[in-house]
Amino acid sequence: MSFVEYGDTIKDGDTAIVFLGHESMFPVKVQQGSVTQTKYGVIRHSTDLIGKKYGSKVTCSKGGWVFILHPTPELWTVNLPHRTQILYSTDISVITMMLELKPGSIVCESGTGSGSLSHALIRTVAPTGHLYTVEFHQQRAEKAKEEFREHGVEHLVTVTNQDVCKNGFGVSDIADAVFLDIPSPWEAIGHAKAALKAEGGRICSFSPCIEQVQRTCLAMEEYGFTEINTLEILLRVYNVRTISLQIPDLGKAAEDNSSAGFDSSNPSNQGSPGTNLQQGVVQFKSGVPLREMVGHTGYLTFATKSLF
Amino acid sequence: MEAERRLSLRICEGDCAVLKRGDVFKAVPVLRKRKIIFEKQGFYLDNAIGHVYGTTFEVTSDGNLQPKRQVEETTTETKEAGTDNRNIVDDGKSQKLTHDDIKALKDKGIKGQEIVQQLIENSTTFRDKTEFAQDKYIKKKKKKYEAIITIVKPSTRILSTMYYAREPGKIIHLRYDTLAQMLTLGNVRAGNKMVVMETCAGLVLGAVMERMGGYGSIIQMYPGGGPVRAATSCFGFPKPFFNNLHEFPLSKVDSLLCGTLSMETLPSEPEDTALTEEEMNGLVDEKQTSVRGTEEESSAETAMEINQTEEQERMDVNAEDAEFKENKERENKENVREKQRKQWERRKKLTETAALLREKNADGLLVASKFHPTPLLLSLLEFVAPSRPFVVYCQYKEPLLECYTKLRERGGVVNLKLSETWLRSYQVLPDRSHPKLTMSGGGGYLLSGITVVLDKGKSDSSNLEALKMEEPSSKRCKVQDLCC
Repeated sequence: MSFVEYGDTIKDGDTAIVFLGHESMFPVKVQQGSVTQTKYGVIRHSTDLIGKKYGSKVTCSKGGWVFILHPTPELWTVNLPHRTQILYSTDISVITMMLELKPGSIVCESGTGSGSLSHALIRTVAPTGHLYTVEFHQQRAEKAKEEFREHGVEHLVTVTNQDVCKNGFGVSDIADAVFLDIPSPWEAIGHAKAALKAEGGRICSFSPCIEQVQRTCLAMEEYGFTEINTLEILLRVYNVRTISLQIPDLGKAAEDNSSAGFDSSNPSNQGSPGTNLQQGVVQFKSGVPLREMVGHTGYLTFATKSLF
Repeated sequence: MEAERRLSLRICEGDCAVLKRGDVFKAVPVLRKRKIIFEKQGFYLDNAIGHVYGTTFEVTSDGNLQPKRQVEETTTETKEAGTDNRNIVDDGKSQKLTHDDIKALKDKGIKGQEIVQQLIENSTTFRDKTEFAQDKYIKKKKKKYEAIITIVKPSTRILSTMYYAREPGKIIHLRYDTLAQMLTLGNVRAGNKMVVMETCAGLVLGAVMERMGGYGSIIQMYPGGGPVRAATSCFGFPKPFFNNLHEFPLSKVDSLLCGTLSMETLPSEPEDTALTEEEMNGLVDEKQTSVRGTEEESSAETAMEINQTEEQERMDVNAEDAEFKENKERENKENVREKQRKQWERRKKLTETAALLREKNADGLLVASKFHPTPLLLSLLEFVAPSRPFVVYCQYKEPLLECYTKLRERGGVVNLKLSETWLRSYQVLPDRSHPKLTMSGGGGYLLSGITVVLDKGKSDSSNLEALKMEEPSSKRCKVQDLCC
């Protein structure tokens, strides 16, 4: 296992994801002799995990079972121990594409935070690229380092413990892209420019508040960045449900009811067992939005460092 | 490596480049003496060759490109502006220059910048406009009269934005942020063995290739006579990227899964391709099969927009060079042998690809096609290893609802998620920040999930999740008919 390479079987020292069911999962560090408690009972690493295939169903002591999944940056994002607010995969996807990241890219990031984005960046730039990540909080920087080592990606990342606004990224004229997720990104734009390659590159800044965006855009313009563009991306998740709607009784004869009521039902569902008209009910499938959704994470401001 | 990188920074003849003007993009091949029409302007790219990507050019009156350095600010003169528009009346007479005057200025070859200046000077209401309105006026006029073009290197960001804006129909309205989600949800990265089924002109394939950087392998499943890679060719990938790009006809999937795939009965492809090849006057023969990606582009619709006739003509001229003429005489004799050789090669490639698929250990599946997703998923998931992500795109939500239900019945998948993203752009200017007036109405839907080991014979592999879900468990079908 590694976060940058798939492995078939679970090995000692791996980080695996225990999948309990609908959206419920947690990470586990696989260790010879170790045990993990779940609501379905105990998982014994030596016998239940090590040597098994990723994706296998593992029966726990109480007879219930779970799936063991191979770690990916996306699964890590929803399972990692939070030390800060983190970026989720929806924003990460857009950041990765808009920064034009690919194998071999050199990226600078600050702050490292909980390493949610870092794992995704490392995944994308591997095996020939590198991530330089700067975190001013010493404990967080060390914790991130430790995680990168555990996840087999330490050779692809350099963690520096310093203040990016004062001291920059510790590298210059090297990066293809820079990402900023700090409270005052405008103070780091100059350092970002210095970190980017002379021939240019892309920059992204993530800020929750429009005032931060405002100042960042001004700073970007001042430092000669072009193509400055601010956007926001929202994820809408749908639950797939079979919905039954009752047909109102308008006092019509029973036979009439069955013909008239049917026509108005969704024709695409015809033939599927769910559409049977049972006692004046029409069934159909629907994608129902979640009752509550994330309405705002942050504004993403992108720009290009041009040649001149 | 370093030298190579430096070299690839410069615009070279034969490159695939993207022209950018404002927010408008167009992908073009860089060729000498070839007129390009972009945003109602005709020009030649000859002068751009040798310049670094990202250079901004100005179109001169004779249709050449001249590199433009830093944009000088010209409006530094004493600023005079109104506070509101209570006295501004729209009488249609505020501009003292007539249509003909402006045309005359343009015909004289006067720089766009100067025309804008003239327009401002001859506008009676300009001074009464508010500062913001003046800004807006200048911006609008600059956009119209100043022909400034930047030449950039293609990337997924640029090409997916370009396609969504210019030809959304060709990529089944897959918006760029949705494509970005696909790449992330599919954990696309170097070293993977990916199965891709798309009818997005090869844009999704190109995006996957970019993310894999030439490491690992890709098997493209294609409908009909061959894969369409018009958009793929716009990326300008180096040749090695195509070494591990395979293709497999969709129509052979069933027999491959049943173990009845026979190499003797190839799909209709050979005949089809042979026909096109003849129609193309042997153009394809010349390029050889090594560069599969660029080759298909010529037979299919090209994203580089071959709507200009001269472009088409040039291609024909290319094909009819000396070598080709010589060949023509011998062609009849060699034709048969050539065809056989090709057939044999195709068969060999097909056998290799079939073997790759038979291993059933792919690291992911991406589907973005005009077809109904359910049958595609139910079959193609067979090729994917357990604990690997898959993502299906559909322009419409309803087919994905069905696909979701069927996948649950089949089992062997967890973490199914039906989602959509909304994208909102902002205007950020001092005291004038707000969301842009228009936003895209829809960029399609995604169904994603992770494969797990499928319990053969038992159909209960999904009840763990089903317990918590709403689906009635009564209508679960057996899985044995999916593979023989």
